[in-house]
Amino acid sequence: MLNKWWTERARLRQHRFMPHDHSDHPHALLPPEPALRVKALETILRDKGLIDPAALEEIIDTYQNKIGPQNGARVVAKAWLDDGFRAALMQDATSVVRDLGFYGRQGEHMVVVENTPDRHNMVVCTLCSCYPWPLLGIPPGWYKSDAYRARAVREPRKVLAEFGMTLPDSTAVRVWDSTAEVRYLVLPMRPEGTEGMDEDALAALVTRDSMIGTGLAHVPKGAAT
Amino acid sequence: MSRVHDMGGRFGDGPVVPDAEGAPVFAADWHARALAVTLACGSLGQWNIDTSRHARERLSPKDYARFSYYEKWISALTDLLVEKDVLTLDDLAGDGGACAVHPLADRRLSAAQVQGVLASGGPADRAGGPAPLFQMGQKVRTRHPGGNAMVAGGHTRLPAYATGAVGVIERLHGRHVLPDSAAHDLGEAPEPLYAVRFAASELWAQTEHPRDEVVLDLWESYLSLEDR
Repeated sequence: MLNKWWTERARLRQHRFMPHDHSDHPHALLPPEPALRVKALETILRDKGLIDPAALEEIIDTYQNKIGPQNGARVVAKAWLDDGFRAALMQDATSVVRDLGFYGRQGEHMVVVENTPDRHNMVVCTLCSCYPWPLLGIPPGWYKSDAYRARAVREPRKVLAEFGMTLPDSTAVRVWDSTAEVRYLVLPMRPEGTEGMDEDALAALVTRDSMIGTGLAHVPKGAAT
Repeated sequence: MSRVHDMGGRFGDGPVVPDAEGAPVFAADWHARALAVTLACGSLGQWNIDTSRHARERLSPKDYARFSYYEKWISALTDLLVEKDVLTLDDLAGDGGACAVHPLADRRLSAAQVQGVLASGGPADRAGGPAPLFQMGQKVRTRHPGGNAMVAGGHTRLPAYATGAVGVIERLHGRHVLPDSAAHDLGEAPEPLYAVRFAASELWAQTEHPRDEVVLDLWESYLSLEDR
C-alpha cells in the first residue's frame, strides 16, 4: 500500500498539473488513509502560517457543542405556540430566525415549509448535502449518503418507511431538493396531547428528523394517541 | 454529460440507514478536523462556495464513489489549494521548503474571528437588476439538454433528472449569484431564482402517489415559459 503511494507520488510530481479536471489528482500526494491525509494537510497549512489550530478548535467546538437541532426546535416550538410568530416565519423565515440569533453560514436564505394533514414536506440535496446549519447543525451521515440523495426525490415514501414512517393516502408528499443557497426547514405538525405545554416542553418533542421531514415530532409520554 | 455527484433518482443504492438522534456530530475526530480545515481555508479568500462545490464534483467518478463524505472534502480541498497556487505539489510531497512568509498568511483565520465569520455567512442574493420574467403559478420548462451552457463539464445546479421537465413557479427567491458562472470565475451574473414545483409523474416513469411533487430552486436561465 505504502509502496504504491510512493510510486504514485513520484509519478505525479513528474506530471504537469492539469487545471480543469483533476486528472493528476494532487490529493494523491498525501497519505491515502483519510485521518492521516487530513493531518498531513493540516500540518502543511499550519507550517505555512495559513491556518491557526486555535481557530480549528473554535470551529469544531461551535458545531459540536453550540449549534444544533435545539435551535430549530426552539423555532418550531415558538411557531406552535404563537400564530403571529408562525405567520411571520412562513412569510420571511430569514428575518425571524435572525432576530432569534440563528442566522449564519449555510442559513443565509431560510424558507420554512409547513406540514399539514394534506401535505408532508421533506428536504434533500441531491447534488451535494445542503442543509440549514444554523438551525440544525451539521447534517447526519444518512442525509449525506448516496442512498438518501438518490432516492428521496424518486421514492420518498419508501425512504420514509425506512425511517419507520407511513403516510396515509390522503397526504401528498412534497420533496424539496435544495439546489440553490436557499435552506429549507420543515415545520412539523404539533402532536396531540400537547395542550398547555410551554415552549421548553414543546421544544423537547421536536426531533431533528421531524425538521428534515423524515420523522414526526414526539408525542408526549402518557398522551392518548 | 452529467457528473457522478448528480445522483437524484439513481437506482441501486440500497436502503437509507438512519442514525440515532443522539449520535455524535462527528463520527471520528478527523471528520471534525476535515470540516474545520476546509472552513478555515475558505477564509483565505481564493475561491467561492461554487468553486469549492465544483472541486468535489470534479473528483474522478471512482474517487467520488469510494471516498467517504469528508474524504471528498479534504481531497477536493487539496486539489483546490494547488489549483489556486496556495500550495505547490512540492509542498504536498513534503519538500516545498520553508518559505519565509506565505503571501496569504495575513489572511489566516484567527480563533477570535471564527464566531463572526460563521455568524455573518455569505449571502448569495444580490440587489437590483431587471424584473423577473416569470410570475407565480406560471408554467415553465427546464432546459434540455442540461449541463453548464458556458463551460463544458462545468458546474451547474440543474440536476439531470429535472431537465426538459414542465413545472409551475411556486416561489420567487429574489436574484441570486449564478453558480454556473461564479464557479468558473466568470463573474457572479446574478439572476432571478425560483422554486419550481414538478409533479412526480413529470420526472419519473413510475411514481408512488399521484399527488406527490418535487420542488427545485432554479435560476431564470434554466427555464423557459411553457405556453401550452
